[in-house]
Amino acid sequence: MSFSWAKPYEPKSALARWMDDRMPLPRLVYGAIGGGYPVPRNLNYFWNFGVLAGIFLTIQIVTGIVLAMHFMASADGGAFNTVNQLIMRDVNAGWLLRYAHMNGASFFFIVTYIHIFRGLYYGSYKAPRELVWMLGLVIYLLMMATAFMGYVLPWGQMSYWGAQVITGFFSAFPLVGEPIRVWLLGGYAPDQATVTRFFSLHYLLPFVIFGVVILHIWALHIPGSSNPTGVDVKNERDTLPFHPFYTAKDGWFAGAFLTLFVIVTYFAPDYLGHPDNYIPANPLSTPAHIVPEWYFWPFYAILKSFTVNFVLPAKLWGVLAMFSSILLLFLLPWLDTSPVRSGNYRPIFKRFFWLLVIDVALLGWAGGFAPTPMRVAVGQAATIYYFLHFLVILPIVGRIETPLPLPDSISSSVLHGEDAESAPAAIASKRPPRAKTVTAAN
Amino acid sequence: MIRVFGFLVGITFAGVLLISLISGVATYFADPPAALASTVFHEEPKALHLTSDGPFGKFDNRQLQRGFQVFSEVCTACHSLKLVAFRDLKQIGYNEPEVKKIASDWKIQVPSINDQTGEPATRPAIMSDTFPAPFANEVAARAANNNALPPDLSLITKAREGGAAYVYSLITGYQTQPAALLKQFPDAKTPDGLYYNPYFANLNIAMPPPLTSNGQVSYADGTNPTVDQMAKDIAAFLVWTAEPDLARRHADGIAVTIFLLFATVLGYMAYTQLWAEAKRKVAPVGPLDSANKARRSRAARAARITTSG
Amino acid sequence: MATQAESATLDHQHHGDGVRRRDFLNVAAVSFAGVGGVIAIAPLIVQMSPSADVLAMASIEVDISKVVPGQGIKVAWRKQPVFVRNLMPKEIAEANAVDISSLRDPQTLAQRTKPGKQNWLITMGVCTHLGCVPLGISEGENRGPYGGYFCPCHGSMYDTAARIRQGPAPLNLQVPDYSFKSPTVVQIG
Repeated sequence: MSFSWAKPYEPKSALARWMDDRMPLPRLVYGAIGGGYPVPRNLNYFWNFGVLAGIFLTIQIVTGIVLAMHFMASADGGAFNTVNQLIMRDVNAGWLLRYAHMNGASFFFIVTYIHIFRGLYYGSYKAPRELVWMLGLVIYLLMMATAFMGYVLPWGQMSYWGAQVITGFFSAFPLVGEPIRVWLLGGYAPDQATVTRFFSLHYLLPFVIFGVVILHIWALHIPGSSNPTGVDVKNERDTLPFHPFYTAKDGWFAGAFLTLFVIVTYFAPDYLGHPDNYIPANPLSTPAHIVPEWYFWPFYAILKSFTVNFVLPAKLWGVLAMFSSILLLFLLPWLDTSPVRSGNYRPIFKRFFWLLVIDVALLGWAGGFAPTPMRVAVGQAATIYYFLHFLVILPIVGRIETPLPLPDSISSSVLHGEDAESAPAAIASKRPPRAKTVTAAN
Repeated sequence: MIRVFGFLVGITFAGVLLISLISGVATYFADPPAALASTVFHEEPKALHLTSDGPFGKFDNRQLQRGFQVFSEVCTACHSLKLVAFRDLKQIGYNEPEVKKIASDWKIQVPSINDQTGEPATRPAIMSDTFPAPFANEVAARAANNNALPPDLSLITKAREGGAAYVYSLITGYQTQPAALLKQFPDAKTPDGLYYNPYFANLNIAMPPPLTSNGQVSYADGTNPTVDQMAKDIAAFLVWTAEPDLARRHADGIAVTIFLLFATVLGYMAYTQLWAEAKRKVAPVGPLDSANKARRSRAARAARITTSG
Repeated sequence: MATQAESATLDHQHHGDGVRRRDFLNVAAVSFAGVGGVIAIAPLIVQMSPSADVLAMASIEVDISKVVPGQGIKVAWRKQPVFVRNLMPKEIAEANAVDISSLRDPQTLAQRTKPGKQNWLITMGVCTHLGCVPLGISEGENRGPYGGYFCPCHGSMYDTAARIRQGPAPLNLQVPDYSFKSPTVVQIG
């Protein structure tokens, strides 16, 4: 879109010309995801996950709309029975649609997490793509809200107690907290009012997500996609048209990933779920361990890590830290001071990045299972690292680190067959001399 | 400014967490948490193999029919099966007249109204009814069962960790409380009216042993009705009630997986062909790219040979 | 363009009053639209608050005439359990014998009951840790080592005044708003 060599749209038929004169939608699509969008030629497979996320959003919207034709949002048995009796047994192919929707949510999060960590490693949040990153975070927050409300709808034990615990966050805030909680629930505990409003919002939010996705892609198309070297696109030799090259690459990779999705959906549909959600909601009996869905485990660990009332009540600390842990990502473009984008050229950053990956995995482990003293302690240590990583380590590393020399351009790094990424300094120094200044980030 | 603010927030959270961590560790060593009988003596479910296991698993209708017999003669006295209808029995090999007879002969009748007076009444079940519950409501169920609530069995193998193996282990797992347990936890004696069962989460279950003697049910198909066999059969039956479409799911899954694998391979071939041109000029770089990995290791080897030579 | 701008400037100089009136009308119209917009949001906000049928269940009356000392009943209030317990003199004595300063959430039994009705301990049946329902209100349930309530989820132990004594819960079982309508009827909520 922004590159001068981008191929302009040429209507091929009379009908296409007629359309182009009146409402140039094909022109827009051609420029956005067709032959008119030049993409760096060196993208690796981590760049496939954006398109995959779009595919899973579509799967969720389509399966969700048809499930809604059979679902009844009723707290006194109706919601549980329409899911577990009507849809799972009697509706034609209902079991498949329900399992696909259930596991589709998990896979949407798997794909999104890989997409986010790709952005973290390759510095995709840095100028000029800050807005792309922030819109992505907005999508992520909307996804969390949608997924949470969707999990409440079958009105099983975990649905009910999950709603109880999550809305309970608000009661941690003094004075205003409890009225807000009652307002959100429409009662003093999750009940009919809650399940109907959650259903309404669960149906609405995916379309809001879709709208923000459009903004996310729009903002991306102004500077164009980032790439594994982090070096800016300089000329036509650096890029390939999105179609057919990346549509082909995304296409076959989507096939491979969907195979994985299908295997889980057909052969282990309940593997990622919790048995307690096959028990109807019962306000008078609490499950032994209330745990959210796996994609919330790291945040649940952060919430539970605060066990001591220090100035503020522990619960309020936990809630503040949990919200902060996501909101701080909005500041990331300004917290990471290094002008080099790609982690491949940042030896110190790279180590801390992998530490963060391990850290988040540990947080998930600490948040997903019954709290033993060991798990609580690990969760606390991991939470400490999480905050230090983003708020203390990244700003300092950006200052003290000496990055490896960057390639002159994408095509030079590719054409000479140089293994520029993660190259040992010895090999890097044998390359032909070039400008020493870091030209990657303007 | 953002960085200064972020730094302070980060240090604050880390500090408060450190206090929590230290106090937690201190409490752990000063006052170690006491072991609980329900963690020390709890046992994981025994291994159970059913024909419905695995990606190719199918139901064994003869076993399901035996399991249904156990259900109708034993379990149904206390447990409901609300999500399953009589008509569903056609899926496990009963024909329509048989199902009609099972429904109309069912011991519990379906709540209804007297069509003359409108008074509450009951009528025999018909095929389209779901299995009638033994108790009218939760209060009645608790009143009849020493304040315990027999759970609905429709989804039980999905609603318990361990699934069918859990059901099988629980039914065959009743035993007298081990002396070692009482020695270690003198207060943990099984209360009156409860039964010791190490497969149950808190070890003491309110359900009396349901299958107590071989031959409690006499199977129509001549299988020897040992307690172990009956427990296996009811577990298999409850896998079916939890998901009647399981066999269909497996069969469809294999077809869909094979189709997608073919599509993926074709897609991959189309992709490599398309990119061959671009690749001749340019190799894609990426840490996971296999050509790059190979080149990296070659370079490292060459460097080693040069230095040693 | 230029001529338009010029004429607008001329207009401004020659007909100042008219412009001011037009500005005023613009401001007034936009203000009204803005206020209207805000007012229109109000019903959208208040519809989320508990509806009349939910509020109708917000308070309940409980007959406590049949609860003899040493017994308790569990009643549902706003879909949550409330424990109503008639304490025995021994239990009251135990609760009063505790050194208040040693408690995690220091409260006396008198603060947690109504004057002259110290034997009637009315609390929420919701553990302050993660919202489980503790055991100990029904006959024969485990009351824990302090003789009050025991939460099976994470082992929080409450004493005979339903105060937290051991385990992860931070606070005593909450005392709901209630009043005695008569010696045998309590209104909760």
